Amino acid sequence: MAAAELGAHPMFAGRGMWLPLAVLALGGCAALGLSLAVGSASVAPEMLWAVLRGEGDALSRTLVLELRLPRSLSAFAVGGLLAVAGALMQVLLRNPLADPYVLGLSGGASVGALAAMLAGLGGAVITGSAFAGAFASTLLVFGLAHGTGSWTPSRLLLTGVVVAAGWGAVITLMLALSPAERLPGMLYWLMGDLSYSRTPWPPLALLLVICLLLMPLGRSLNVMARGPLQAAALGVKVRPLEWGIYLAASALTAMAVTTAGSIGFVGLVVPHMLRLVLGNDQRLILPACALAGGTLLVLADTLARTMIAPEQLPVGVITALLGVPTFLYLLYRSR
Amino acid sequence: MSRLEIRDLVIDVPGRVDGRALSLSLEPGQMWGVLGPNGAGKTTLLHTLAGLRAPRRGGVLLDSRPLAVLGRRQVARALGLVFQERHDGFPATVRETALIGRHPWLSPWQMEGGEDLRLAEEALERLDVDHLAERLVSTLSGGERQRLAIATLLTQAPQIWLADEPTNHLDLHHQTAVMALLAGQAAEGKVVMMCLHDLNLAARWCDHLLLLYPDGEACWGPRDAMLVPGALERLYGQRLATAEVDGAPVFVPVR
Repeated sequence: MAAAELGAHPMFAGRGMWLPLAVLALGGCAALGLSLAVGSASVAPEMLWAVLRGEGDALSRTLVLELRLPRSLSAFAVGGLLAVAGALMQVLLRNPLADPYVLGLSGGASVGALAAMLAGLGGAVITGSAFAGAFASTLLVFGLAHGTGSWTPSRLLLTGVVVAAGWGAVITLMLALSPAERLPGMLYWLMGDLSYSRTPWPPLALLLVICLLLMPLGRSLNVMARGPLQAAALGVKVRPLEWGIYLAASALTAMAVTTAGSIGFVGLVVPHMLRLVLGNDQRLILPACALAGGTLLVLADTLARTMIAPEQLPVGVITALLGVPTFLYLLYRSR
Repeated sequence: MSRLEIRDLVIDVPGRVDGRALSLSLEPGQMWGVLGPNGAGKTTLLHTLAGLRAPRRGGVLLDSRPLAVLGRRQVARALGLVFQERHDGFPATVRETALIGRHPWLSPWQMEGGEDLRLAEEALERLDVDHLAERLVSTLSGGERQRLAIATLLTQAPQIWLADEPTNHLDLHHQTAVMALLAGQAAEGKVVMMCLHDLNLAARWCDHLLLLYPDGEACWGPRDAMLVPGALERLYGQRLATAEVDGAPVFVPVR
């Protein structure tokens, strides 16, 4: 019932779109502020404000600007990337259960990253190797699903799921073969961990660029959700649009996975929660996903590094622990 | 006003011999009915005429230009369809659904404006589903969805209407109302072509008929020349009794 009532306010005029986006943007800023203030040593709000204005003492400046800010911005970018990628995959496959990893991309990235760790390499090599794995997996699924030239969303989905299962087996094999002292690092990477991220700018820039590119496509995506024939009959060039969505979602996911490992749940649940509350206009849902996904991951990462400080938890565990009950509650309320 | 010209067209039904190529012209003001048994290719024909499927041979001209060289958006402004099957994977309201008919008329950066909203509301009212505007499509009955699909096409406002069994799921009153609406579109100078299972609706409302036989044979022409009981019995493989009611022939299957 709630969904029906809320669906009764479609965003025709465009004016109605700005309020939810403004609220989400404010929430994102608040979450970022919180993540800068709390941690192993807290920073008082007035000190935080001073630091952000370019003042404050040296210790606080180092703590906030050099340690916490890059990590928080990375968390925001990765959350946004995953949520937008999930929303795109759901439209592409016309399946509300799709998430960014459904087509096996995170499996490829994980195998790449674990192989680098197994070889005893660190830092940038892990990132590069993960990206290569994600890229290889995308090409593999793309090529296999394309096959003789005719593909359908169900064929793409099936190819992706089977390729993901294959990667899963390879990951288990690598974990079984790896020496005990390397296991914790590998497991943290698999569950998603932001301490690997170095600079937040590449993921933030990609998120911004893809969101801008998607803006004029929003209405076409709405029509695509009605099925490819209906979309073609309404003037959408279906096949180029589908490949475009696939490539965009893959690029977003690959960037997210190489920045922070495979953080589950954000890509599935954030688009869903927003659809339950805001309706299904992609012109609103996609930017809202970027903001809400980012906010969720900033909060989750803040919890991950404060709950048992100075030890850290994998942020993927937190997103699931936060997301599952919230999602179930919304679902329960809406039907 | 637009016209659709079908030139030596053989539709691509897998596993069927070519049969007779279709060569006919759908002129403004005409209301065509496509009749044929299940699997005769009625839906395939409509999709081919809309450029959604490639023909095996021949082609379709929209206002003397081949469909294949026109952009999808250009085609969508001139020609629209009511599909037999509809997907709704994601929840959407009735009003939002009618509004997507404006898609071919809006630039990528444009939001739907007051005029688009007015067209959608009018279409919902014409199809008697305006009281459902806020409802989710997934909660509608089959007949209500059918009327919504026609309202969406009315919002799209093409010159050429292709409708795949537009009276599916409709009660008797709404069948008549929808046929009257389609006839009204034809009277305004639009081209209407629809697949029908109900011979009697075709006999009453269409002025031209195209009979598609399952072996790929076909014949077409003005209604009165086509409504020959022998030809119709062969079309459906069914014996028919004929009567005249209210000035139109009525066909009833008999054992």
